[in-house]
Order: sequence, then structure tokens, then C-alpha cells
Amino acid sequence: MVVQGPHPFLPNLDDEIVNQMLRQVGASSIAELFSDIPPEFTLRRKLAIAEGQPEATVRREVTRLLSRNMAPPDALCFLGGGVWPHYIPAAVESIVSRQEFYTSYTPYQPEISQGILQALFEYQSLMCDFLGMQACNSSMYDWASSAAEAVRMAARVKKRDVFLVAESVGPQRLEVIRTYVEPMGLGLRTVKFDRRTGGLDQRSLEENLTAEVAGLYFENPNYFGVIEEGAEETVEKVHRAGGLAVVGLDPTSLSVLREPGSYGADVVVGEGQPLGIPMNFGGPHLGIFAVRDMNLARSMPGRMIGMTTTKDGAERAYCMVLQTREQHIRREHASSNICTNQALLALAAASYLSLLGKNGFAKLGEVILGNSHYAAERVGEVPGVESPLFEGPFFKEFAVRYGSSKAEDVYMRLSRRGILGGYPLTKHFPGIGEAGAYCVTEVHSSEDISRLVDTLKEVL
Amino acid sequence: MRGYRQARWDEPLISELSRKGRTGFIPPTDPKIEAWKEGRNLLPAKLRRGELHLPEIAELQVLRHFNRLSQMNFSVETGTYPLGSCTMKYNPKVSEMIAASPGMRDVHPLQPEETMQGLLGIFYDLSKMLTEITGMDSFSLSPAAGAQGEFAGALMMRKYLRDNGGADRDEILVPDSAHGTNPASAAMGGFRVVSVASDERGLVSASAVRKLLSEKTAGMMLTVPNTLGLFESEVGEVSRAVHEAGGLMYYDGANMNALLGKARPGDMGFDIVHLNLHKTFATPHGGGGPGAGPVGVTAMLKDYLPVPVVTKSAEGYHLNYDIPRSIGRLKGSFANSAILLRAYCYIMLMGATGLDNVSSLSVLAANYLLSKLDPEAYPLRQGKSLRRKHEAVVSVNGTMSGGAMKVAKALLDYGTHSPTVYFPLTVEEALMIEPTETETIEALDEYADLLNALYAKLERGELEDVPKNTSVGRIDEVRASHPLSLKVKW
Repeated sequence: MVVQGPHPFLPNLDDEIVNQMLRQVGASSIAELFSDIPPEFTLRRKLAIAEGQPEATVRREVTRLLSRNMAPPDALCFLGGGVWPHYIPAAVESIVSRQEFYTSYTPYQPEISQGILQALFEYQSLMCDFLGMQACNSSMYDWASSAAEAVRMAARVKKRDVFLVAESVGPQRLEVIRTYVEPMGLGLRTVKFDRRTGGLDQRSLEENLTAEVAGLYFENPNYFGVIEEGAEETVEKVHRAGGLAVVGLDPTSLSVLREPGSYGADVVVGEGQPLGIPMNFGGPHLGIFAVRDMNLARSMPGRMIGMTTTKDGAERAYCMVLQTREQHIRREHASSNICTNQALLALAAASYLSLLGKNGFAKLGEVILGNSHYAAERVGEVPGVESPLFEGPFFKEFAVRYGSSKAEDVYMRLSRRGILGGYPLTKHFPGIGEAGAYCVTEVHSSEDISRLVDTLKEVL
Repeated sequence: MRGYRQARWDEPLISELSRKGRTGFIPPTDPKIEAWKEGRNLLPAKLRRGELHLPEIAELQVLRHFNRLSQMNFSVETGTYPLGSCTMKYNPKVSEMIAASPGMRDVHPLQPEETMQGLLGIFYDLSKMLTEITGMDSFSLSPAAGAQGEFAGALMMRKYLRDNGGADRDEILVPDSAHGTNPASAAMGGFRVVSVASDERGLVSASAVRKLLSEKTAGMMLTVPNTLGLFESEVGEVSRAVHEAGGLMYYDGANMNALLGKARPGDMGFDIVHLNLHKTFATPHGGGGPGAGPVGVTAMLKDYLPVPVVTKSAEGYHLNYDIPRSIGRLKGSFANSAILLRAYCYIMLMGATGLDNVSSLSVLAANYLLSKLDPEAYPLRQGKSLRRKHEAVVSVNGTMSGGAMKVAKALLDYGTHSPTVYFPLTVEEALMIEPTETETIEALDEYADLLNALYAKLERGELEDVPKNTSVGRIDEVRASHPLSLKVKW
């Protein structure tokens, strides 16, 4: 080791300190501490990585690289599909940047970690109310892994070999589900969507609901932004066939839409990113995972926080509960392997929901509903564009079909004019023609929408 | 011994702060669109939800609530946090500042690649750096955490073996000292777990492994250094034996903080590696997460990596989804990108020499702290003559069970976090201590003195009623393990 202190992160990087420590340890050198590494594995050269740079240099260099990415305010983003542009209240950012939260870890010692425990308990409680569920874990990696773990859980609970997935779910999530269930030998069958409304095709559901089916995963609103008008009927059919209904969702939709608990969902999964979490090129985000009752809660993956008391019974207190489902106790018999989760993002969601509250959140929903419908109508004014493509009611996102242009070309041409939107649907849904997806939220003004419309006219 | 009083607020639940007629945020509205909405019904009534059950609280009161909670939370920036196997080191502030750039925060994962060249270039370089650090051939940055990396590893083993006549190989060897995620990930990947008993040194011996190998063996998961903080000195022989039996070697990188620039899993014979970037590469642990668990492989397995993999061509950087034998996708979108960025910043800040210093000093710190402990009070149970790497596991001596828990709770009373307790399962009354390289010698002295003093108190029966100085006293976890509900009614 070349000692060349001082260093801001390495307070003992100093010859005198190192020698003092070595003397105490009874070693003659740092190398001696590593002498148990067999010689054939000892790296005898320096790593081929550049030498360290001062903070100021790193900040300048990396910020410069990041500035090469196209991002608001220089670009307008109308992309959705599981990650959506939303405004993050300044107070949320202030709360999640409290170092007491973000530089702590899993609250293994609850007495000294009541802060994050209570916050996560509040997240779970807010989510349960909001989703109409009885139990919610304190986070999964993202929507896709939540959906995949939900499918695994349902198949395990029902002990059946086939699972149904609506064709209209996010294709990326379907891919993750496939990855996760492959080793279980679980068969996946897709349920078609109605080409006119964009909603679930009930006949296709009935045809597929056979005795070996453990359940159905569908999204509401689905990948096209279409709200499932038949959600109640769908869940009823799944239940009648002895399966579990797993619903995936964007939580902002519940500002105006019926909560899944009200139409009988057994498991709810979703993406918490719109609740105060930056898009961050895909993560870290927040996988929501909630279940109907305490029975299912005992089969759930992930950490759960519960309310209890101090031993003397005098005070309210919080700690991790039902840990006997988890890998650190049950090892290969655990309900999942998840350990590190997305706790900080659950804190963001809890603070976001607390700030917006009943009034702000309801208002947000109305604004998104208005802005997205306004945009769909305006985009429909562009010659040769069918918007919205589907007749079913929609929220926040909608699909459009282009007359003569390729969806991929439209998406690329828009981006070269500073508009990120029209993510091509054609590749995953070839049956619907040359179509693209748009997402419009509270961050978009009528001017932004006019710019989108004008640019579409240019590029089509 | 340092005096300490954690903040103690009788802070109600957020829902209990609600009063009708308040809000903490007003969403923006566009007058033109508001006017357009007049008289239109955008949502059929039967799809509308009933009343929203969310609290109504003003902004300052929400901030106070969460700020008070934060004061009742111990963290790395509060004090010594030597939680074994978690690498609770300092996370550079500058990385937080950089990650707040619009070019990170506000970029969408479905943007065209050509609009993302800055970040993709960073990720390409990060993949190369991790490849160099581990001695692997290529990396996929997708896994969101170490456990997801392990799952990816198990799936790659499975698919590779099936492609190469090993479809019947359904057993994975996992040492008894391994993290719980190892057996859990192997099981999720469709394998049976065969536990390997550590020997009296606390190590996995090649002879023990050989006895368990068969035509059913798919591979072995090994953590080096292991959870006792010991370098698995027979790892070369173990690798050879597993390979000869037709299996693959998986490296759990949770403890890589000990080996940066010292030794590389690729050179030891591992085929698959995951790294916990939030541990070794200094990204904040977020009260439980997020992390990132990139997975690297040797050339033989690179066609099995989870998609996407970041590649480079004459045109620029790409996210390659076209990997024919890939196990598929693990995340809805790319990766925990903002965590990857922080790890990249950390590697830039430290550089080759700095990373080598990190491992030197983390190992020195663990051995130093261990040497300061009273060996009668805190004996080593295994490998007594061996040097520790980045962490050490001691036993709290005594005939009464529960000593480790009492000492752990007592530590909290002095403004320090406890080590990991009762893990690994192979050590009775275990305290697993990982001080990391970012603690000063003074803090290590203080922690060791404290532990020694607490043992004396334990013997005198003075640790029955601790902690006293934390926000709440000892919690009734038995009652909590039989919850009637995981939410509050209000």
C-alpha cells in the first residue's frame, strides 16, 4: 500500500496512524494482513483504472457528461409506460434528503430506528387505505418485480400450473414476469384485448380460465392508458374459476379511479415512481405490493413493518414483523430472496401522499384527466392521426395511430425536435398498426401540448 | 463513555395530524384546459372512486412530522455504524449533488439512445471498471440489488447448464455461513440447496465440497471473504473441484470491500459475480434501500447476461437487448441508474490507488478493533489464528443465552449502532463487526472500550433494562410478530 494521505474519506490514511494500528494488530505491514490470500490470487499490479480525482473535478466532469443527455427544460417529455414525468414537491425532496433517513440501513435495531420504521409503517397504511387492501409491504424493486413476485406468490398459494396475463400489460413487465416464473415451470397464457375499446377481451378471458389457472394479472389502466370498465366482472370470473386476481396500476390513477379493493382484487402491485420519485432513467423506483387480507400477507415477499409497544406496554413503537417469511430466517424456504429494497422511495411516496393529501391528490387526478384528454383531442386534429386510438375511457396515457408514417420514425423525428414521446407500440402489438403512446400529466401546459401538435404536423 | 440522548418525540401517525380543509400542495392547472373541460364528462361515474381517504395537512406540519421522525433515526452520518456485512461507510455528498442533475433525474428510460449518450457512456465505463475490479469479462448493470444479482446468477447457471447437457443438475452448494439471500436466490432459480458445513477454521474446505459434488451439482455460491471475515484460502481448489464436477462458481460480492485491488474473483475461478454497489461503492443505504447489484460473467457466459447490456459502437453507446441466450429482463426499465451513477462517481473519486487504500484500511480497521477487544469477553470461535479481512465475528462469552442481544441494545445507549447480531448462524451469540475504512482510529478505540466496558456490565447483570437513551425502550417484538393488522384505522 502506498500511503499518500490525507484523504477526505480515509481518516486513517496517514503513516503514523497506520503504523500505530499495525503495531496494535501485531503486523509488520498492510501486506501481511493480506498474506492469507494464496499467492496465485494476489493481484500484483495496480487496477487499470484512472487515479482518483478531487471532488471539484469529478463534479465538473460528470455533470458535463450528464448535460449531454436530453432532459427538461430543454426537452418536453410525453413518455410513460411505467415511468412518468410528474412534478415533485420541494418538500418531498427536502424530506428524502435528510441524511438521518438516507444514510441509515434496514432497521435491525428498532429502538434506535423508530423514525424510518414509523415512516414506512405510515407508507404501508396510506397505501392500504388508498388501494383498499389490508396489508402492504414496505417496498419491492419496481412495478415489474412486484408483478413477477405476485404471480409467483399466487401460483404458490393456489398450487396450480398456469397463470393468465393480459396482453395489454406493459411488455417490459411481461418480460420480467417470464424471467421470474421460468424456473417454477409455470405456464403463462395471454388474454387478448378488445381491438376496439382497448380493454380486456372478456371472451378471451373465459376461454382461458381453465381449472389449472392460478390467477390473472391485468393492469388498470392498462399499457394503453385504457381503464378497464369490466374490472369487477373480470375479477368475479377469476374468483369463480378459483384463481387470484392480481391488479397492476399507476397509483396516480387512484386519485379519480375506483380502488382495486372495491372490485375484489386479491393482490395489487404498481409503480410508486409518480409519487414524488424522479424518473432517473429507470430507477431507483418503488415497487408497490399489497394484499387483500392477513392470510395472503403471510405468503408475501418483502419487509413489513408493524405497530407494537415497548416491552413495558407504555409506548407505541414500530418494528419489522412477520420476518419468518424472509430469507435471513427461512433461507431456501423464504417467500422471496429480497433483502435490500427501496425503503427511501417508500418514504418519498409517504411524504408525497401526506403533502397532497385528500384535496391535492383529488385535484391532481382531475388535472391529469383534463390535460390528457385535451391533448388526445388536439393530437387528433393532426391530419392522418387517429387519437385516441381506442374507444375505452382512459387516464393519463393514450395510444394514437398514424396514417402513413412509421411509428418508429415519428418517435425519432420528434426527439430530434426536442420532444420525447410517441413511444412505438407497433413492435410489441403488431396487430394495431403504426401506433405510438403518449403520456400527459400535470407538468404539461396547453402550450406544451400545442408544441407537440405543431411538431407532429411537421414530422408526419 | 459518551453520553447520548436520542430525540424522543411523541409523534402521532401522519393520519392523526389530519384536519379537514387543509393541504400541503396544490397541483398546477392550465386555465385554457380548465376552460376546455367545462361541461365535459371525462370519466364515467361508475369508474369514479368514492371519497379519497388521505390526510389533510399543511406543508410545514408535514415537514415537521418527517423531520421529527428523522431525528429518531440513527445513521452513518450520526455515528459509528459497524453493521457487519452491510459496509456502512461514508457516502460522498458530491455524488448526491451530481445525481441531482437534470441529466440524471429527469431522463426517461424510453428516450432514444441518441438522446442519452452522456449517461450511457458513464454506464459503459462503469461496466468496464467493474470488469477490471472483478476480473470478469462482461457486466450487466440491471439487477436492482445483490439478491436480484444472485437470482440472475442462478438463472444463468440454469440456462447455461441446460444448453450444455446439464439439465439434470439441480443442486447448488451453499456454505452454512452464507447470507440468507444465497439459498433463497438458488431456490427461486429452481435449485435444491445443499448446505456445506464450514470446518473448525470457519472455512469451506475442498474436501467437504468434494464429498457433496455429484452429477447433480449445478454449482456453488461462495462469499469471499466469508461472513466471518475470513479469506476462503481453499477457494482455488474448491473452484477446480466444482468445475471438474461440471458445476459453475458464483461469487457473492457482498464483502468485496476487503479485496479491491488485492485479489479478483475472476482469477480465483469464479464464473459469475455480483457486486453490491451500495456497500463497496459507497451509495447511501436509504433506510433499507435502494441498492444496485450488477452481475458480471466470464466470456463463456456473456450470452446469458440479463438484458440490457451497455455496448459501444462507432455510432456511440447502446442498450443491447439482442442477446440470444439471455435469461431475459429483470427490471421494468434498465437499472437503478441513479445508484450506478453514484458508484461511478465514487470510483472516479478514489481511483486505482484509492480503492486499494480502501481495502487496506477497512481490513486494518477490522483487525485493529478486534485486537482491542478483551478476548475473554469476546472470543473468536473459529480460525483464531487467522487474520480477519473487512469484518470480524466474535461471540459474547457467557453461559446465559441472550448476551449478544443485551450488548447490542446497550451499545445504542452510547450513540453507536450495534454490530449485526446472531449472524452467521454458525456462531453462538454472534456479534459481526464491520467498522469500514471511514471510521477514525479514535472512533475504533471508543467502540472497543465501550464493548469491553459493556461486557463487565453484562456480567454484573446491569444490561437487563437497556436501551434507555433511545427514542423508545426495549420493544415487544413477540407481540409484533402476531399482528392483527398492518395498518391503522382512522
